[in-house]
Amino acid sequence: MTTQTNNKAGFWAALFNRPTKDYVHPYFGGIILGIVLFLSIFFTGNGLGASGAVSRIDAWLVDLVAPQHVDQNSYLLKMAGGDKNPLDDWILPVFLGSILGGFSSGLFNGRVKLETNKGPNISNQTRWTMAFIGGAIFVYGARMARGCTSGQALTGGATLSAGSWALMMMIFAGAYAVAYFVRKLWL
Amino acid sequence: MNFPLSYLQGVSAEFPWSYLVFLIIGFGFGFTLEMSGFGNSKKLAAQFYFTDLTVLKVMFTAIVVGMVLIFSAVGLGVLDYNLVWVNLTYLSSGLLGGIIMGVGFIIGGFCPGTSVVSASTGKIDGMIFLLGGFFGAFLFGETEQYFTNWYNNSGYYGRVTLMDFFNLPTGWVVLLVVLMALFMFWGGEQLERIFGKRNLAVEPKWRYVAAGVLVLFAVFVIFLGTPSNEAKYSKVSLPRTVEEEQLKFSADEMLKNGFVQISPAELFKTMNDDKLVLTIIDVRPEAEYNLFHINRSINMPANELSGHLKELLSRTDPNVVNVLVSNQDQLATTAWKYLVAESVPNLYILQGGINNWISVFGETDPEIVLAGTTIESEDALQYIFPAALGDRYECADPSPIEFENIEFAPVIQLQIKRDKSGGGCG
Repeated sequence: MTTQTNNKAGFWAALFNRPTKDYVHPYFGGIILGIVLFLSIFFTGNGLGASGAVSRIDAWLVDLVAPQHVDQNSYLLKMAGGDKNPLDDWILPVFLGSILGGFSSGLFNGRVKLETNKGPNISNQTRWTMAFIGGAIFVYGARMARGCTSGQALTGGATLSAGSWALMMMIFAGAYAVAYFVRKLWL
Repeated sequence: MNFPLSYLQGVSAEFPWSYLVFLIIGFGFGFTLEMSGFGNSKKLAAQFYFTDLTVLKVMFTAIVVGMVLIFSAVGLGVLDYNLVWVNLTYLSSGLLGGIIMGVGFIIGGFCPGTSVVSASTGKIDGMIFLLGGFFGAFLFGETEQYFTNWYNNSGYYGRVTLMDFFNLPTGWVVLLVVLMALFMFWGGEQLERIFGKRNLAVEPKWRYVAAGVLVLFAVFVIFLGTPSNEAKYSKVSLPRTVEEEQLKFSADEMLKNGFVQISPAELFKTMNDDKLVLTIIDVRPEAEYNLFHINRSINMPANELSGHLKELLSRTDPNVVNVLVSNQDQLATTAWKYLVAESVPNLYILQGGINNWISVFGETDPEIVLAGTTIESEDALQYIFPAALGDRYECADPSPIEFENIEFAPVIQLQIKRDKSGGGCG
């Protein structure tokens, strides 16, 4: 009996304490990501995405709390108006899949670990506050631009959308413009 | 021209395994992001201090690899580019949103996709970024009403590609993008050497081979060219429910079986149907359009249709119905063949054209006179109009009350080709 428990504990310990492996070479990672992107577009006509799921889950939450508010808001109405289910969209299974995929790769390569990545000169609290603010700013911008780095830059980039290319340049421009002023966060 | 698969262009309970397909796509997406190091905010932020350009390398490699594969498939005629989602260009909101995203990126250390894999591997900063993302989405939903007009209209160009922008053939644009990416990789590696003190000698040699393969692919795309309208037409296969059975028909069979010719009565009823977004496209020359046309029809002369193609493909409403109109059937059928090959959805022809329309609704109109025997050709107007009044003739807009009980055999079957409001992140 005890050995069995030990084995069980040993199994989980082994699963979560696999030796940490290095990340793959960036060009190799990019090639695989490009093939995933191609297969998605080839079979479904849709690319990849992430922030769409965030806003649909948001619309779903608002619809749970205040359905009449959704019906008065043209932006939310498109996703959750009337008896529309904002979660019944292809982006949701993609979102779920990427959680599973990220977790599997992390597990396989020994990188699943409760931790906070930050620059050496700031506290965890500062990092968390900035992550929240940055996340809010990013998704606000992503909604405005109708897509984020995956839905616009990656997908629109590969399908040669003129607007996506312009937008992609602006993401890099925005980040580089501010990087110097927030260097304390990272360096 | 069989891809993308029509039943996989979204999820539906009708095809339950479509959920699984998108789940697998997401799995591949998350797995690759994580294994490339995108779950680590420090690695992502390093991009903006020139010490580690992994973000640039992975992103642009993925873009160019995806691009050469997509356009090879398009060139080979197996993938229909007109059915591939190409993000519509809303220049103003796109540019401002892009800058805002950049600021959020460097402050928060992630983009939404990377924060997902970061959170799923236990990184607390990734989880909090995602939480902040929900708050940002909430804020946008609440504030969009204050700038909704700017958001939806400012700098809207629809489906514009780099090919349109540079006015170059697809293959050359693909080659230029590949060369630009290779130049950026070279520059990025130099920056890593200078700012990140990286020894480039240990970088793998296969990356030169990969670069060569990319260039070869781009040249291959140039060599393939893009499939002609005739080539696409021969591959058209349209679904049609006949006696409750889902069948597929070629374009010529659709025409022959009368699956696309609608009667004037059906067009009239469709005009008064609020559930459908109807576009009546009058393909006759402008002079004839000015003489008489059906109310709310728009003039796109048959020989200028290619210029209107972007416009017709940009419309994202799933309930769009397009009806082509000419004097008789001939010109409208030519236009139908052209547009159906370009994958314009829900295309119909007004049977018998304007002549038939007037014979149904304009019999009592004293101003319009039947021309009698002076008709020159089969596809000519059979009526004589006293003046070019366009849609101001009574029968251009028949009374919904007077013709309320008009009967017809319904032909229109909505085929949802694309139900999209804004791409993956839309």
